[in-house]
Amino acid sequence: MSTAEVVARPKFNLKRFLADQLRNIAPVFTLVALVIFFSFASNSFFSLDNALNIIRQLSITGIIAVGLTYVILTAEIDLSVAAVANAVGITVAFFTIQPDYVNIANGSVAVPGAIAIILALAAALAFGLVTAGGMTIIGIPSFIMTLAMMQIANGVSAMLVRGQIAYNYPELITTLGSGTAFSIPLGIDAAGKAMFIPIGWTIIVCLVFLLVGHLVLKYTRYGRYIYMVGGNREAAEYSGVNVKFIIGSVMVICAVCSGVAGMLGVAYFGSAQQNQFDSFLLDAIAAVVVGGTSLFGGRGGIGNTIIGLLVLGVVNNGLDHIQIDSFLKILIRGLILLAALIINVYAQVLKERQSNLD
Amino acid sequence: MPDHNTEASGGQEPLLELSNVSKHFGGVLALKDVSFSLFPGEIHGLVGENGAGKSTMMKIIAGVHHEFDGTMKIKGREVRLRSAGDALANSIGMVHQELSIVPDLTVAENVFLGTQPLTSIGTVDWAKMNREAKKLIASLGLDIDPTTTMGSLPVGLQQLVELSRVLFSGAQIIILDEPTSALSPPEVKQLFDVLRRLRSEGRSIIFISHFLDDVVAISDRVTVFRNGQKVITEDTVNLTKDSIISHMIGRGSKGMHMGEDAELKGDDQKPVVLSVEGVSDGRSLRDFSIDLRAGEITGVYGFMGSGQIELARALFGKLPLRRGGLKLDGKPVKFRSTAAARKAGIAFVPENRRMMLFRTEPVFKNVSIAILDRIHRLLVKPAAEKKITEAHIKDLQIRPPRTGIALGSLSGGNQQKVALAKWLTHLPRVLILAEPTRGMDVGAKEDVIRIVKSLRDKGVAILVLSTEPETILTLADRVTVIKKGTVAREFSTGHIEKADLLAAA
Repeated sequence: MSTAEVVARPKFNLKRFLADQLRNIAPVFTLVALVIFFSFASNSFFSLDNALNIIRQLSITGIIAVGLTYVILTAEIDLSVAAVANAVGITVAFFTIQPDYVNIANGSVAVPGAIAIILALAAALAFGLVTAGGMTIIGIPSFIMTLAMMQIANGVSAMLVRGQIAYNYPELITTLGSGTAFSIPLGIDAAGKAMFIPIGWTIIVCLVFLLVGHLVLKYTRYGRYIYMVGGNREAAEYSGVNVKFIIGSVMVICAVCSGVAGMLGVAYFGSAQQNQFDSFLLDAIAAVVVGGTSLFGGRGGIGNTIIGLLVLGVVNNGLDHIQIDSFLKILIRGLILLAALIINVYAQVLKERQSNLD
Repeated sequence: MPDHNTEASGGQEPLLELSNVSKHFGGVLALKDVSFSLFPGEIHGLVGENGAGKSTMMKIIAGVHHEFDGTMKIKGREVRLRSAGDALANSIGMVHQELSIVPDLTVAENVFLGTQPLTSIGTVDWAKMNREAKKLIASLGLDIDPTTTMGSLPVGLQQLVELSRVLFSGAQIIILDEPTSALSPPEVKQLFDVLRRLRSEGRSIIFISHFLDDVVAISDRVTVFRNGQKVITEDTVNLTKDSIISHMIGRGSKGMHMGEDAELKGDDQKPVVLSVEGVSDGRSLRDFSIDLRAGEITGVYGFMGSGQIELARALFGKLPLRRGGLKLDGKPVKFRSTAAARKAGIAFVPENRRMMLFRTEPVFKNVSIAILDRIHRLLVKPAAEKKITEAHIKDLQIRPPRTGIALGSLSGGNQQKVALAKWLTHLPRVLILAEPTRGMDVGAKEDVIRIVKSLRDKGVAILVLSTEPETILTLADRVTVIKKGTVAREFSTGHIEKADLLAAA
């Protein structure tokens, strides 16, 4: 071993830095480019009002995306998030007294609000535990296991709501889902009336989830294990990490996040019914992946997911502000997701090539 | 031995002839000026230690390497084979140690894999396929129902079915790589019967093996390789197992080198920490027992595929045991996961660095992963991890001495040191090292040997598993030779040489 090679810090290498950071840089660039594009393409897009509108639209997806980030960091996937959200949202309604004309499940079981919430959370926990058990005890791949759970959760929703629509939820849920936390004064309008922009509780809840999710991932032992299991599962196992526990626990966390999103979601929508969360599966996965969290695990995080959410929100919202064929919008969203996937996989290839060169 | 081999090496024209073949990999000379001939109706044994050059030569013959110096002739015609298909077109077929069978398909489907006979409307002609497969297998003197699934056959028969596939494709020259390593004695006898039958049909067989008893029993001639060169080709009647071993290791030519012999210092007074009692995994381990003692390095030597890899995993809670058990400090234990084994004080460094390291993560995270639960309660404290890592970097002389650099940018030897370092902060009771010095340069090797010995002196019970006799002889205080998953021989005290290990395995 020569001693000449040591100590001196290697010079900053731009190419290497870019290869290393592509997954973090590309989403930010995409976001900035999209904001600039829509600002010029539409008069109504660039405003504080609309920005808050985008964030409000994202808050339910954001809560789901926190759990999904954990799952994808371990190189697994959860396809049941939207279905679990739906089932848990319906569960909380099922345990709440409904108007006479709502006849769900041949009569809902009304209990005090706090208990309804606890029961709904227990349902979310149960979904997560079944998924975790199927994967770690029996060994079913997450893709198939969560596909089955998606169907099961949809089945639970169908059984509980029986094609009806429920409108009542525990008060706490109604507040968090559709209430206003506080308002930002925005000056005075032409008529001399004070203008306020209301900030909904869903945004606050989503921010809390993102913050806690981030802190746990970056600063706790558990978070470190998640990254290490995602980075090299075999090495984690040979280092004596309980890989099955880590994998199982992220599935449970994801189910609970979905459940909370589901409860707030039904209040946000103002109704609980079958299939109302369907678009959230694709949105949540897209947000995590567009943000740059590696589909192969071990790279990325909540920071990436926030950027991914914003990209998604800007696209969804921006396309409504410009004159464009509404059918074309679906196609455009698909193309943006594809581009993100290409960058995601390419970043991994670059990274691996780089570390093989070393 | 049949008498025709003397005439084979005499006037007859060789079926395959290599003249003055050399092969470089980068700057490394893997094969130097080797000449080799194979006659029709000959079984030719090929022996040598790992890295002696026999696989390189086989890969040239089988068309894997086509860039080499020298000439290769088949039936007197010069050829240069560029692929396995090319080799097969020149009637050279190979059966690898790892069988390339599809366990869920039937025997007939495996024989005709990719070349199934078709009916006039383009569907698979099952009747014909089963009939032909049966005929082919019967020509080897075997009776196997072609409609049974491959996976339900014992390994010996699976191998013979694969052999029949090679024969079906018209091979005249058949290369067998370690064919007996997974076989029981009756299966070996069955294989030899088939090989003799093929020889009588005029086919030629190259028989590569570490099992010298088998080589002596079946070959007509034997070629010995050492350090990329051919040492000798000799009629088997003039050879014994011992004379082959001395050709392999070149005894007497330049005296003993490091790792060629050892004085064992096994001390039965030292307390047994981990006792392995008659473990079987249903495949590779058969009733294997060993005692690991505090302050001793126990070496387990064996050929590739003899069960070492499985033994290490069984001790670290990765491989479930069918029979037998472990005792830690005299108390029966069962590890349901690697996490449980780690908590009980077992540490493991596997044979392949990729299996234990996180290439894109910084060095300090690689070191701290196994001790996170001891140094952090809830929150991680990178500063503490870096401090611990810095101490290891200094102790183990890891270069470059930086905690934050991505692990993948370290050299192989330094990566291996990091893999060791992660078990050194809190000393384990038992340390299991698989191939601890494989592929390392001399300096790094010496560092690792020094570290392992210092751990032994601190009272750790160490198990070293290796396919390299030098590694075992350099490190071990006592040696167990593993052969086909069972204990073949134990050495605890006294002088021992490489030849003793080779002879026992």
